[in-house]
Amino acid sequence: MTSVSTKPGTDWEYAPAPESREIVTIQREYNLFVDGEFVPPATGESFTTLNPASEEPLARVAQAGEADIDRAVAAARKAFETSWGRLPGRERAKYLYRIARAIQERAREFAVLESLDNGKPIKESRDVDVPLAAAHFFYHAGWADKLGYAGFGPDPRPLGVAGQVIPWNFPLLMAAWKLAPALATGNTCVLKPAETTPLTALLLAEVIAEAELPPGTVNVITGDGRTGAGLVAHPGVNKVAFTGSTEVGKQIQATVAGTGKRLTLELGGKAANVVFDDAPIDQAVEGIVNGIFFNQGHVCCAGSRLLLQESVADAVLDRLKRRLATLRLGDPLDKNTDIGAINSRQQLDKIEGLVAAGEAEGAQRWSPPCRLPAKGYWFPPTVFSGVSQSHKIAREEIFGPVLSVLTFRTPEEAVAKANNTPYGLSAGIWTEKGSRILWMAGKLRAGVVWANTYNRFDPASPFGGYQESGFGREGGRAGLAAYLNA
Amino acid sequence: MPDRKRPAVGPTAAGKTGKTTSGSGQTKTRGGRAADRAAVRADAGGDGPVGGASARVGVRKTYKLFIGGAFPRSESGRSYPAAGPDGAVLAHVAMASRKDARDAVVAARKAVAGWAGATAYNRGQVLYRVAELLQGRAAQFTEESVANEGVSRTEAESAVAEAIDRWVWYAGWPDKVAQVTGSANPVAGPYFNFSVPEPTGVVAVIAPAAPGLLGLVSVLAPVIATGNTAVVVASESVPLPAVTLAEVLATSDVPPGVVNILTGRTAELAPVLAAHMDVNAIDLTGADVADRTGLARMAAGNVKRVLVSDDDWAAPPGPERMLAFLEIKTVWHPIGI
Repeated sequence: MTSVSTKPGTDWEYAPAPESREIVTIQREYNLFVDGEFVPPATGESFTTLNPASEEPLARVAQAGEADIDRAVAAARKAFETSWGRLPGRERAKYLYRIARAIQERAREFAVLESLDNGKPIKESRDVDVPLAAAHFFYHAGWADKLGYAGFGPDPRPLGVAGQVIPWNFPLLMAAWKLAPALATGNTCVLKPAETTPLTALLLAEVIAEAELPPGTVNVITGDGRTGAGLVAHPGVNKVAFTGSTEVGKQIQATVAGTGKRLTLELGGKAANVVFDDAPIDQAVEGIVNGIFFNQGHVCCAGSRLLLQESVADAVLDRLKRRLATLRLGDPLDKNTDIGAINSRQQLDKIEGLVAAGEAEGAQRWSPPCRLPAKGYWFPPTVFSGVSQSHKIAREEIFGPVLSVLTFRTPEEAVAKANNTPYGLSAGIWTEKGSRILWMAGKLRAGVVWANTYNRFDPASPFGGYQESGFGREGGRAGLAAYLNA
Repeated sequence: MPDRKRPAVGPTAAGKTGKTTSGSGQTKTRGGRAADRAAVRADAGGDGPVGGASARVGVRKTYKLFIGGAFPRSESGRSYPAAGPDGAVLAHVAMASRKDARDAVVAARKAVAGWAGATAYNRGQVLYRVAELLQGRAAQFTEESVANEGVSRTEAESAVAEAIDRWVWYAGWPDKVAQVTGSANPVAGPYFNFSVPEPTGVVAVIAPAAPGLLGLVSVLAPVIATGNTAVVVASESVPLPAVTLAEVLATSDVPPGVVNILTGRTAELAPVLAAHMDVNAIDLTGADVADRTGLARMAAGNVKRVLVSDDDWAAPPGPERMLAFLEIKTVWHPIGI
């Protein structure tokens, strides 16, 4: 791991290249966005959101309570019945195009704010999160007046009020994944961003207000887990969409059981990234790195179990380690940073706990030489080799920059090991043999299979899991079904 | 087994109908439910030689479970009387236990790879073959329906005909559903990206109480047409058509374990399947309305796909019941030279 240069001129080193944070004005306090206005919470309570790279407080954010949830759901209901729900699709489409354009116009502002609040490298928020968020609104805008051709009958109807709870790993992008299809299909929304990353959703609320969507069409209520639980349990909600941990997803499924609410869940994963002996090794190494170290491994579809064919295992591992030594960990706002901060103290504790379990169970831990900043939450890229399937680090989602390496001999064994998990969100295949790719793609129990690539996303491409990784899809034609009463 | 009651059977019950009904059960001289019941009894085991020494003794059928292609009795040794609407006993059908339900899940899981991996064309042909055999058994299904459900002969005939036609409808779907629900996705980059539907795996099906065969076909056919395997809890009150359907399946080309049929107490079996960690999805349509919430809550234990859809069984189906048990898989591959 490259550390800060001590002798400029003698090393080939990167100079610091920080993105300016001047472009963003962070308010001292943020209110809830309900019925088209920013309003203080009835609870009178608020909490602090931090910059995880420095532990510096960024802002105080409203804690929504029961009365606030009631107010937001009522506003969404009113909008569904009187304004947004009555708009023809072609009018809804134009509002969504406005939002897409506004995100593009304010892309840098969104990117800097996202990196500040989340800790992810600016090159990712700038090149992935924000452009994809805009793309999601753009894609779904076009569906709004074409739903009759989507294959759900001639006149599919919206469900009503959608309660949407999103995680902290892609705060703006997840808001876009939830809002864009819901709005395109004519639903109204109450969105609950994650407690540690509320700021870009609130900036998106500002964009939505400027786009002049009818008041109540989108409501953003911030808070901790209690707010999310209150929203999904609210009797005025017709549809619940949740992205987050499998544990919470199961609780939500149990809460929603028997209520008649429609539910989609996008939960955890423990994806296998399978490298065969004929794979282009350098490309595979890039894919492995992108698979597990993208976004500090805070990715539900991260390729967290690397399955190497035995004959190339040592060679791949060597090259992987060499590559990891070139990654740059540090200031998320630096344009050359590859690995940013862990999102919260709580998440860092979880990663440290699982890594300790990996060592205790006998796997070999390796990290490149790496100096961690003194302040903030950091964890070095970590590779465990000698992992067996029964190890905790091979079974549980770590949600951090930690890779567990296992080996296999035959394609059948690779499939058996890859599928040996209650999850089923994603998988990777690396081989030059086309027929093997298609054979593997058919056998892997996962909603997204990346062959000779990893961690690619697109609004036209359905995303979602098998088994305990949840149900329902986001993106593409399939994603529309989650918000339509066909 | 305190809950097992054994009402009068055989000659005693048949004596109530007061007539000889040996043979095929096609006796036309008598009308009404008693005759239909007698017909089923003849088919299912027959009445005694009430009419005299020269009359042939019918061979009665033992109504058993259908697990992994075999017809075991319940491991519990239990049975329960299946009765007509007037309460007269038609047969003692196996009363599946929790262990039987778990065995059925094991059989269904074992069958997943073969059935899901079969070509869609093959699955379609196998299912069409089932329809052919159903047609050959139409008279038997009608008799059982009249006797077990108490519907008129005309109603039974029309429901059986509809059930066969519905099976034919679903038999045509396996090689089309991917074309209807799959897609090539125009992503913004040099990638070929496509989505295909795949079966979710093992589906537990709580069959509706009625109509017997039509209800069962309506919930079972979409599950297996899409490549899933099924563990079915048959209608508790109308189990006879389910067992006969099992016999049809056993003599068709449907591989063992693709369909497993349990007769017994729905309230006892449904929770086992709803909570089972190796079941991927559950159709609760046939469960008591009061039990559905609790069952759906259990299903959350491993994030099962849950379907509750109170369909009008007489109405032609749409694709919804198939879509409920399909997963969309999306595959990415770079494009380049």
